[in-house]
Amino acid sequence: MSGCADCAGCGSAVTLPTVAVKAVAVIGPPNSGKTTLFNRLTGLRQKVANFPGVTVEQHTGVVELASGESVELIDLPGVYSLTPHSEDEQVAYDVLTGRRQDTSKPEAVLLVLDSTNLGRHLMLAAPILALGLPTLVILNMADDLRNRGGELDIKALERELGAPVALVSARQGEGIDEVREFLAGAMALPAPKSLPVLHDVPKCREWAGKVGSRAEYRAPIAPKWTRRLDAVFLHPVAGPAIFAVVVIAVFQSIFSYVTPAMDAVRWLFQASGNWIAATLPPSLVRSLLVDGVWSGVGSVIVFLPQVLLLFLFIGILEDSGYLARAALIADRTMARVGLQGKSFIPLLSAYACAVPAILSTRTIENKRDRTATILIAPFMTCAARFPVYTLIISAFLPNRQLLGFLSVRTVAMIGLYALGFLMAVVTARILKSSILKSGRTPFVLEMPAYRWPTVQSLGLRLLDRSKVFLRRAGTVILAVTVLLWLAAHVPYSHGRPPAIQDSLAGTLGRTIEPAIKPLGFDWKVGIGIITSFAARETIIATMGAIYGMDHPDSASMDLQNALRHDLTPAAAVALLIFFAFAMQCVSTVAVVRRETGGWKWPLAQFAYMSALAYGGAFLVNHLWRYI
Amino acid sequence: MKKSRRKTGKGHLDKNFGAVHTDIEMQLSVNKGGPESLPASLVDLRRGDEAVLSEIDLPAEDARRLMELGFLPGARVVAGLSAPGGDPRVFEVDGSEVAVRRETARRLKIRRKGRSPRKA
Repeated sequence: MSGCADCAGCGSAVTLPTVAVKAVAVIGPPNSGKTTLFNRLTGLRQKVANFPGVTVEQHTGVVELASGESVELIDLPGVYSLTPHSEDEQVAYDVLTGRRQDTSKPEAVLLVLDSTNLGRHLMLAAPILALGLPTLVILNMADDLRNRGGELDIKALERELGAPVALVSARQGEGIDEVREFLAGAMALPAPKSLPVLHDVPKCREWAGKVGSRAEYRAPIAPKWTRRLDAVFLHPVAGPAIFAVVVIAVFQSIFSYVTPAMDAVRWLFQASGNWIAATLPPSLVRSLLVDGVWSGVGSVIVFLPQVLLLFLFIGILEDSGYLARAALIADRTMARVGLQGKSFIPLLSAYACAVPAILSTRTIENKRDRTATILIAPFMTCAARFPVYTLIISAFLPNRQLLGFLSVRTVAMIGLYALGFLMAVVTARILKSSILKSGRTPFVLEMPAYRWPTVQSLGLRLLDRSKVFLRRAGTVILAVTVLLWLAAHVPYSHGRPPAIQDSLAGTLGRTIEPAIKPLGFDWKVGIGIITSFAARETIIATMGAIYGMDHPDSASMDLQNALRHDLTPAAAVALLIFFAFAMQCVSTVAVVRRETGGWKWPLAQFAYMSALAYGGAFLVNHLWRYI
Repeated sequence: MKKSRRKTGKGHLDKNFGAVHTDIEMQLSVNKGGPESLPASLVDLRRGDEAVLSEIDLPAEDARRLMELGFLPGARVVAGLSAPGGDPRVFEVDGSEVAVRRETARRLKIRRKGRSPRKA
């Protein structure tokens, strides 16, 4: 009641300062929680934009404010300083200063700093505030700061910096309203202060320390649990043992616990396919829908539950901070093959997809190291290989237990992941000791404190993954399936479509059959391999569609049974090896060409990987019987 | 106790956002002193040992990276756990934990203090 009387000034504050903030950049040091905040603010409306020339994928998202207006957030790569040294820092600098044509110049900045490590993180405040844009300094991880007994005087810090400061916990949603208020332009900004622009790190750190102590910043005590957990996870014996157990458990559960979910998806596609078949009159449209699209795209989508489970595990490992420890344990191997530490993160993200991995190599300043990392990234087992592996392994290996607890399938899957990594490492060794020799750069990796992964962030990851997976199924794979269906239905003779082996697709398959016969593949697999060069998992859709058209009576003929019928065990292993080594991905070739600035590297890489794939499959197919 | 000094002038890092010379080796200390300050580095530390960083013997670009993470001359560093085999090792510096490879740790020179001193 009493508040209304003096609210007159309030109303003008809402309308006065800015009419609409169009673009707002989010910047901060790595691991300060930018993306968590970004996701918290944009909710599920985020989209991934892939700007040419941008380091890593640059995210932009829309925040809708209570007033109805919306603000575009630009999530920039994590940087420690604004002096452009590597390409990702250059991107951040260019975006903030409006030098990029493809991004609108931000009208305000959200500077995200880790409140538990303010002394060091404040170093970024000076160059950012010196840009002169309205800036909200967000001290993130407020919950951690409090729990570990740290504190500071926000008002004093605001005075020191000449910018508003908000204590926020993006994970818990604490203090987000203040950020929204700032975005709405409703926050009263303190008088700006001119800050020293220091390019010398020690001086900058000294300044940050002074500001911190004037704001009575008391650093939190060291995270107790992180120390305790590290004593176990980095134990010389227990550490690697736990690492192995974690990996085994992840893959084992992928084979054991998702079967009901997969069966449900499969049933859904069969039931809806049967319904379409029963509803539509026999026609070409029905054939395209049922035999082409449904059995093709459907057989890929069946693998969604497994892919999601894999990413749930990766998400937990990443969000909790364990992955940084795994990187530490694995670093020795990287060093031995001459790769620098910075190559590790791109290789790790190549487990999802080689394309973002190759983009993220831009953080590597050394050009030769960067090229080497780009060249080996496609060997890592990406999410597109995963369904192919699962299908073949489930079709050919019994669900038998080894040593009482390890399933044979788990062992095979881990073996394939290890094979990809091994091939990457061997290739790196060859490259680094020959054409891409270079001096070493230091390996430094910040060890984040362990945190509980939140349901929200894991949920967002899974949602994002589902979108990627379904988008591929709905675009590339759908297009290939339709093309395949067309190729399988020409040429018409006597008003009827040809038998599949006499169709254009069949002829194509049989033309290349002599080339792939030594690998143990027949013409059907041949068609699958041809289409899989668009995207790896397309082979599943292709095989699904081919078998669907081949046995029109049992459109639902199990893909696994069909494969067992057509492939010998040796050929199945050869097929796995082929997929492990071959560079069957148009987008990867395109991104390598763009990033290396020419056709030289992608063509060499394609030839090398194809030769390896062919040679490996050939050897396996011929030597398998001796094993 | 002599405080470590930084060389100013030519060894200075870039003064603007433009192109940067990277070939200048940065000597961050002139602490070439008596017999007790034998060139020790972070690799000489065992778990729990503490030391004060005196000099970063790396090219300017690499030194900057490390300094941004807190490895500044004069900073207190505590050795922590390591990967199996002792490489890389985690060091506690400026409120955070940073893993550094042995080859890099060797270039981070220290003045010794703290427990379990060992004559190199």
